[in-house]
Amino acid sequence: MNSALSVRSISKSFGGLRAVRECSLEIAEGAITGLIGPNGAGKTTLFNIICGLFRPDSGNVHLRGRDVTGQPAHRLFHRGVVRTFQIPHEFAGMTVLENLMLVPAGQSGENVFRAWFQRPRVRREEHAIVKRAHEVLDVLQLGQLSGELAGNLSGGQKKLLELGRAMMSDAKVVLLDEPAAGVNRTLMKTLNAAIRRLNTEHNYTFCIVEHDMNFVRRMCNPVVVMAEGATLAQGTMDEIMADQRVLDAYLGGRRA
Amino acid sequence: MELLLGTGNYLVFFLTIVSVYALLALGLNVQWGYTGILNIGIAAFFAVGAYTSALLTAPATAQPPGLGLPVAVGMLAAMPIAGILALGIGLITLNLRSDYLAIASIGIAEIVRLFLKNEEWLTNGVRGMAGIPRPFAGVEVFGWNAGGALYLGLGAIIVATVFIALQILYRAPWGRALRAIRDREVAAEAMGKNVLWFRLQSFVLGSAVMGLAGAVYAHFVGFISPEAFAPLFATFIVWVMLIAGGSGSNLGAIVGALAIWAVWSVTELLGRIPEEPIAGFGALRVFLIGLLLQVILLLRPQGIIPEPRE
Repeated sequence: MNSALSVRSISKSFGGLRAVRECSLEIAEGAITGLIGPNGAGKTTLFNIICGLFRPDSGNVHLRGRDVTGQPAHRLFHRGVVRTFQIPHEFAGMTVLENLMLVPAGQSGENVFRAWFQRPRVRREEHAIVKRAHEVLDVLQLGQLSGELAGNLSGGQKKLLELGRAMMSDAKVVLLDEPAAGVNRTLMKTLNAAIRRLNTEHNYTFCIVEHDMNFVRRMCNPVVVMAEGATLAQGTMDEIMADQRVLDAYLGGRRA
Repeated sequence: MELLLGTGNYLVFFLTIVSVYALLALGLNVQWGYTGILNIGIAAFFAVGAYTSALLTAPATAQPPGLGLPVAVGMLAAMPIAGILALGIGLITLNLRSDYLAIASIGIAEIVRLFLKNEEWLTNGVRGMAGIPRPFAGVEVFGWNAGGALYLGLGAIIVATVFIALQILYRAPWGRALRAIRDREVAAEAMGKNVLWFRLQSFVLGSAVMGLAGAVYAHFVGFISPEAFAPLFATFIVWVMLIAGGSGSNLGAIVGALAIWAVWSVTELLGRIPEEPIAGFGALRVFLIGLLLQVILLLRPQGIIPEPRE
């Protein structure tokens, strides 16, 4: 299977703390890859490196065979990688609709002179974007909240909004950092359905960091386990759960 | 009749100054209100705009000699020159965190002021530049000196034009991207927005508007010196105007300029009532403005006219 993203022996230290050590990982095209591991395993740091928030000390990241190591997040977005955040990063002072309308790339109204002198064109684009945003809101069942300030949403709704922003982009590789944390059961169903649909109908590739094992079992295949900054095991959820090294990592068993 | 004319003239003078401050507050609103850029060096761009227009339009016989170009040219040139200064400063400082940018901007404003003070060949130093052309000066309508009123009209047209232009940008995707950056820089970056580039645009555009304010000021008073661009009048009070008026709101910036300048002027008139000048009255006025700001922030933290939310 082709790799959408491949991470090759990445290391990153913060002062004396080696958060990621020689970590390698393949994210297969069209799959929903789960990334699990105990707290402090380096999952979010690895996400931040892949997304260009941090530059690794060594190693590199390839996107469909192309080296994208250390490229700034906004450039990776245009190459087709989009992420969500563990702690929701909504634009609190903007409405739910505006949060989504911000996302699409190449809006001519983002250019000062076009905003002033090509208003009909900008208006046409805005119409199309509003329409698309409403479709996304319908899928996520957030339609009735479109005019609400994003800062007023519940934690779970903010998570959905983050997924919605990813859906507004043309990016086909989506990294979700704990999408299920703090989401209630009803919202969770919506969230799962949306991820499934994007994966099967629109061929999105996902990489999901998650602690909710039921969620991972239901959604992800393969599952990659990280511990102490490196990948420990990879396989289906059942294979993973049968792996003694994984149990040791989680339960703090004896070291091999 | 005398009194009526006097009041009228005072009102014209008052409103012209308000239009200068409205432009400064609008420029600051693009930087702080839209994008969250903490610029405490407003005076630098204000001064550069004023001196640019003065040097371009003053007659060749003036001290220092000017180029004698039309006032419109001076006003239009003030914007790009202030913008270029902002571009240079922004490239160095805009990737700093906002509090560091604030410190850098204070320093840069001081550098500009010292430059104006010391480069006498260009600016005539502390003696200042006199003989800056004042459009409409001495124009009479039915025996009434209408120069001031006409210039106020010009100022009002400029403020209205800038207001409309900025309002369009606020509502456009450009403004939306800036507000997103203000709310969550990291997320805006993750959504593909080139944060540094947008911040640079916002900083340059806001500074260009401040430069225009400088030109409008220079052609109103006809004389400028580095003293006119001291931090109190050229930076501090503009911040008070924007915060009181409602940062993020262009209308708020204009209303804030009007309200705060009204308070400032009224307290000055109060100081003239007693026969003997009151010691420390100047300091008391600054204190009153600060107090007013506190009251507004407590009662209406969003300002007099809050930022519109859709």
